[in-house]
Amino acid sequence: MAKGALLLTVLLGLAGGLLVIAQAGSLARIVDGVFLGGKNLEQVMPWLVTLLIIILLRAGVVLGGEVAASAVAVRVKAGLRELLLEKFLRLGPAYQARQQSGELSAAALQGVDNLDAYFSQFLPQVVLAGAIPLAVLVAVFPRDLLSGVVLLVTAPLIPVFMILIGKLAEKITRRQFLALSRMSAFFLDTLQGLTTLKALGQSRARAEKIGEVSERYRRATMAVLQITFLSALVLELVGTLSTAIVAVEIGLRLLYGRLDYVQALFILIVAPEFYLPLRNLGLRFHAGMSGVAAAGRIFEILDTPETDVRSQSVNVFRPFGEKTDWRDEPICFEGVSYQYTGRDEAVLQDLTFCIQPGELVALVGRSGAGKSTLAYLLLGFIQPTQGKIRVGRQRLQDIDPGQWRQQIAWVGQRPVLFQGTLRENMRIAMIDAGEEEIQAAARRAGLVEVVDQLPQGWDTQIGEGGSRLSGGQAQRLALARAFLRDAPLVILDEPSAHLDPENEALLTRAIHELCYDRTVLVIAHRLHTVREADTILVLEDGRLVQLGTHDELMASGGAYSDLIRAGEGQA
Amino acid sequence: MKTFVRLLAFVKPFWKGVLLSIFTSAATVGSSIGLLGTSAYLISFAALQPSIAYLQMAIVGVRFFGLARGLFRYLERLSSHSVNFRLLARLRVWFYCELEPLAPARLMNYRGGDLLQRAVGDIEVLENFYIRVIAPPLAALLVTLGAGWLMTGWHPELASVLAGGLLLGGIAVPWLAHRISQAPGRGLAAARAQMSATYIESLQGLADLLAYGQESALRDRMSQSESRLAAVQMRLAWSGGVGNALGQLVGNLTLVAILLVAIPLVRAGQLDGVLLAVVSLVTLASFEAVAPLPQAAQMLEASLESARRLFELVDAQPAVLEPASPLPPPAGSELRVSNLTHRYTAAQPPALQGLDLDLPPGCKVALVGHSGAGKSTLLALLMRFWDAPAGVIILDNQDIRDYRSEDARRVFAFVPQSTYLFTSTLRQNLHLARPDAPDQDIHAVLEQAGLRDWLEQLPNGLDTWLGERGQQLSGGECQRLAVARALLQDAPVVLLDEPTAHLDAITEQELIETLHRVLAGKTVLWASHSLTGMQWMDEIVVLESGRAVERGTHAQLIKKGGLYATMYRNQHDELIADL
Repeated sequence: MAKGALLLTVLLGLAGGLLVIAQAGSLARIVDGVFLGGKNLEQVMPWLVTLLIIILLRAGVVLGGEVAASAVAVRVKAGLRELLLEKFLRLGPAYQARQQSGELSAAALQGVDNLDAYFSQFLPQVVLAGAIPLAVLVAVFPRDLLSGVVLLVTAPLIPVFMILIGKLAEKITRRQFLALSRMSAFFLDTLQGLTTLKALGQSRARAEKIGEVSERYRRATMAVLQITFLSALVLELVGTLSTAIVAVEIGLRLLYGRLDYVQALFILIVAPEFYLPLRNLGLRFHAGMSGVAAAGRIFEILDTPETDVRSQSVNVFRPFGEKTDWRDEPICFEGVSYQYTGRDEAVLQDLTFCIQPGELVALVGRSGAGKSTLAYLLLGFIQPTQGKIRVGRQRLQDIDPGQWRQQIAWVGQRPVLFQGTLRENMRIAMIDAGEEEIQAAARRAGLVEVVDQLPQGWDTQIGEGGSRLSGGQAQRLALARAFLRDAPLVILDEPSAHLDPENEALLTRAIHELCYDRTVLVIAHRLHTVREADTILVLEDGRLVQLGTHDELMASGGAYSDLIRAGEGQA
Repeated sequence: MKTFVRLLAFVKPFWKGVLLSIFTSAATVGSSIGLLGTSAYLISFAALQPSIAYLQMAIVGVRFFGLARGLFRYLERLSSHSVNFRLLARLRVWFYCELEPLAPARLMNYRGGDLLQRAVGDIEVLENFYIRVIAPPLAALLVTLGAGWLMTGWHPELASVLAGGLLLGGIAVPWLAHRISQAPGRGLAAARAQMSATYIESLQGLADLLAYGQESALRDRMSQSESRLAAVQMRLAWSGGVGNALGQLVGNLTLVAILLVAIPLVRAGQLDGVLLAVVSLVTLASFEAVAPLPQAAQMLEASLESARRLFELVDAQPAVLEPASPLPPPAGSELRVSNLTHRYTAAQPPALQGLDLDLPPGCKVALVGHSGAGKSTLLALLMRFWDAPAGVIILDNQDIRDYRSEDARRVFAFVPQSTYLFTSTLRQNLHLARPDAPDQDIHAVLEQAGLRDWLEQLPNGLDTWLGERGQQLSGGECQRLAVARALLQDAPVVLLDEPTAHLDAITEQELIETLHRVLAGKTVLWASHSLTGMQWMDEIVVLESGRAVERGTHAQLIKKGGLYATMYRNQHDELIADL
């Protein structure tokens, strides 16, 4: 599709070039007819009508060219974003978690949009810069060899100068651009830290500093621009001086009767048109370059190796057939290690343990100990770099991830709400859930009280632009999703923050209920939860350092009892 | 219109630069007109084969205009950029000075960086206001006048045709182009915002989506957003294309009109035949002047919108009024709060109700209670970020409102919940507390704040860059840096606004021990949500809904068995120390 539009863009560019020549030709003929041929208005009328038609056609070509170029841009961008989305899906949340917040969506949005200028402005201009001068040359050469040579010789000067000056100025320009963005950042930084400045009694002094920094920047930049703008000067000069040379050269030959007036006038009209697209290419060069820079980051993302992740839709060999229920199977980690690509140290090292069906397993450890990575492994977002995870007799990596996740209800720390109604947000857990099921799940998670307070109940829009749910309310929604999912395996990342007593009690009760008759892995932050756990896994720097029940671990001392005592010391 | 006039005031100091850029911009187009006009004259006259002497003038003209255009363009770009930068600096300083008295009280309703980021963007839009909005129409006017004057010399009818064409191309076309692109332009912003929201929520929620097998639903939603965006973009391409095509069409049609008028004039002997080519090419060349006007129309609207947003922001009434004749700075630091009541807005319940508090020098008081109980409100009132409508704060035996707020603030060192670090070096970040502090003092406070080991492993010591693009600090390190800042400030009273709120239990414990050690000689007012380290305080005030409901020492309050005792028991049970 994009190819067709691209071809159309090129064809319209060529047509535009031909029309420029035709317009110059008919104008020259009219002027010549009246001025030297002594014709009156009626006699040149056919040429005037031709001129009018050409003019109308040119307007059509301009319109068509812009629309076609935009069509190219729109399609290329949509295609790229689709590729990026699929890539993000394959890389999964583990990759996402390691990137700077917002950076990936920025690449997919602004990054891809920056390509717009490249496709809708720079690329068509390249076509025009090739087509129009070529067409002009073809038209000029048979009419006047000398003018053709002048055009031919001077034309390459424009791109040559452009590249030469561009190369020279590039470093300076980039440094200036950096300085500019630094200065913007400085200003933003100052505004964001205004309260801090005020508290420290420095806010007034800062105003002078802003003026100072801006003025210093202006001086430095103007010094640089005096040089970089020489490029504009040279480009203009090549275009205008060449036109002047052509004018003088054909004028002199006309004087000696060596050239027809109509040909001379044609060449004079066409000469500026010859340089115009080349100059415009220079103006659009920047748009083109920023597009190329944006493309760099996009291709970098697309080229991220997927060695440590599993393709989400790969058809794998299943030696045990289409088994879809693993509720009675133990899940065993056997010497599992995980290392992110490009990192020196493994996040998880040589973990060996089993989760029996129906067990409540609590995972504890300080932040960075590898708890979330373990949960991601179990969810199948990533694959062990060493060792294996077995579910019964099957290896987890041999099970279709979609089918496996059907068995899992996942409750994250900060549940994400999507644009849409509250009901739609619930149905993420079960697409075809009936009203009663939703209601029942909501009751068990304490979400009903929230829904009842909302003016439109289940039809309330939430997420961006809708009403905002508080942290506690969102937590209830996540729990309600898990109840609705009704899956045999629950993976739960408990809220680590202090909650108010009401939410605290509700959370404790709901988690207790959710755990009944299910296998549960919980990343635990609450004393209450660990006391109830059948097994506690204590992680330290990616290693499993202790394993046992609360009482056992408290009795034996070590990492676990240190954690618990620090928690108690807190109150 | 009011906004426009107010904006114009900013340009006043730079009027010379603006005039220069307008003149050079018109001269650039004028040179083109001159080049093509003299060239056409040259060849037309040459076709009549006169003596070469008659052509010399024309040849000189052609060469002159050929050189002049490049030079004028160069000057134009330099002068316009110079104006831009000066204007940018002026706008920034102006905005900052206007915003300063409003912070933080009047900026609280705006969510964090959002507003400020937009303000920075708005200022950058306005930076271009004069060059892209004011200068092009004025330059186009100059060119129209000049070309009209030239044509009048040949024949007045030609001048009116050209002027008519230029007005059409300079006013009607931009207006129309702007009109038809307005709706799709707004649609584009909306479609982009929607797409961006979809993207961000999907990426943030990727774990949830994959865990719940929502891949295909996600693909559907993305492709829906994408096709909506594509449709708007195509509509915009159509309207943009129509605008550009019309611009070109008007120029070329004016050429046809000029020919229709000029040919009979030539035949009637009222116009020299030599000039026929000249008037044609002058017509075509002069339309370069109106080419930037459609963009100017669009920029005008964007500029006015940006300006309106900025003006609205800075026109807010400051929450704190400075006294007309302030007292000299306070000499002592004794504080007494009596019957203090505060509401943030009339519609909200009071955040603080009838609070009394004595803070003699060296005394240590804790404010505890759930979030929203009024702890931070009291600290904000002491810092004079707000003024309370009822009750009074007495600092050194005088009402705090009778001092200059800057002088009053000097009594306090403030350690916030989360510390803002500026993107600059560690040293500069600390110098904010005391600009003339020598390095040895900085080392001393960093050591006191327990940051010596951290400092030693920094690549460039005190010259290490912090903030967004610099060294990343953990939450505990950030808060310790805030403590170091407060120590460097060496103010008699230290206000702690839940400095451990975002820290895990072990880090919290360690930081509180540090605070205990280094703040021994100071007056301390400590707002806290967690009840760690309360044994250290002389008095604990328990706040609920803005009222002091219990007060006493830790031991007294535990013994009393009231709200404090319940809170203490709950927290004891609640969390284990991981994170």
